[in-house]
Amino acid sequence: MISRLFAIQGAWNYETLLGNGIGFCMEPALRLLPGGKKSPAFKAALARQSRYFNAHPYFAAVAVGALARVELDLEPADRIERFRTALTGPLGSVGDRLIWAGWMPFCSLVALAVFGLGGGPYAVVGTFLILYNVVHVGVRVWGLNTGWNRGLRVASALGHPVLRHGAPHVARLAALAAGIGLPLALGRVIGAGRAYPEIVLVAAMLGGALIVRLQNRIEGWRLSLVVLAVIAIASVAR
Amino acid sequence: MSAYLIDILPIALLGGLLGLDVVGFPQAMISRPLVAATAGGMLVGHSMSGMIVGAALELIALETLPFGAARYPEWGSAATVGGVLYARHSADPAGAMTMAVLAAVATAWVGGWSMIQLRNVNARAAGRRQAALDSGARGTVIGLQIGGLSADLLRGILLTAVAYAALDPLVTATLGIWDVDGKLSRAMVVGVAAAVALAGGWKLFHSVPWARWVFLCGLGVGVLVLVAR
Repeated sequence: MISRLFAIQGAWNYETLLGNGIGFCMEPALRLLPGGKKSPAFKAALARQSRYFNAHPYFAAVAVGALARVELDLEPADRIERFRTALTGPLGSVGDRLIWAGWMPFCSLVALAVFGLGGGPYAVVGTFLILYNVVHVGVRVWGLNTGWNRGLRVASALGHPVLRHGAPHVARLAALAAGIGLPLALGRVIGAGRAYPEIVLVAAMLGGALIVRLQNRIEGWRLSLVVLAVIAIASVAR
Repeated sequence: MSAYLIDILPIALLGGLLGLDVVGFPQAMISRPLVAATAGGMLVGHSMSGMIVGAALELIALETLPFGAARYPEWGSAATVGGVLYARHSADPAGAMTMAVLAAVATAWVGGWSMIQLRNVNARAAGRRQAALDSGARGTVIGLQIGGLSADLLRGILLTAVAYAALDPLVTATLGIWDVDGKLSRAMVVGVAAAVALAGGWKLFHSVPWARWVFLCGLGVGVLVLVAR
């Protein structure tokens, strides 16, 4: 199951979201049901587990472990359905805040700081990948073990202090890394002599303020596409 | 022509693998621009150039987070294209970074659109097999998963191949007539990346207690180190 967890979003879609992936990851465990993979119990469980499900892909490991456990414990179908529904919300929001909005930017900014300090490709890429994946793989392994060991009692594990209160701390760490990493990275990207620092500073301040102001109307990366296209056209049309 | 295809093939395969990482497998963030562009640069023998353009792209990508059903650009294949394009002009002629970043962001935009199409294809494929899914057919569940992964890999390969084949001649031609000082061109790209990164940072941290003060402390340290170097 652990290796399948890395492909849990393989059939992600707007109808069932992660649903098919949950069934796909649990399938090896469900084969242990009485009668094996041709039994009605296996088919009923796989059908149940392949329906709509939403969670952060890493924290979905908790659901996969817990749901596999309750299926193998032969809990009543309606109880499993209710348990499955109850797991959906928390596993999404915890992962989004902790990983996508915290750990990933933190690792990215630390790697940018290493880059800004003059790190070579191996140091920069290695820093990012090792730092990020220690937590990534750790969450998947922890999630599967915790879900499997606790089954229906998995809610208590989701009350762990790191999961409940960790997000703001990780966000503050990322903010610190942003403060240190951004000027260093920009200093290196701009190159030797750091030409035209006033342009960079003014563009960063005004552009940043504009993007924040327009945040519900246009995203920064789209605006950057337009601005870069204008710069390119102006640079060849002079 | 065949030599050109042989040139594109490894780039397309790398872009496909890194595009697959964004959502499908293994989500180890080898698709982040800093990693993907460095890998692209390494493929054509200039990892340092790939890393530099990757850093500029990473600053822009900080703003976009891959929340579940959100629609976001696909940076894996795009940064591969950007890294290769910049590395192929490793002498850094005027405008090279501008064009590489522009090409990568444009590819990321198309890549994001292609991911939405793939998700719709996955939904239709699941819908067509609803009866089999409702009856717990093992082969259908596994088939949908493997089909989705294969389609995502193919999507990344095609996207990278088409983007590179279209943009490489365009970038080369554009650089031939680029008429703005190289350092000024580069400063403008860095300014754009810095603006997006600052806005991205604000979006991430503005609601977290004390985060802005922590950011300012870090900024002080960062600027001091930058000036001292």
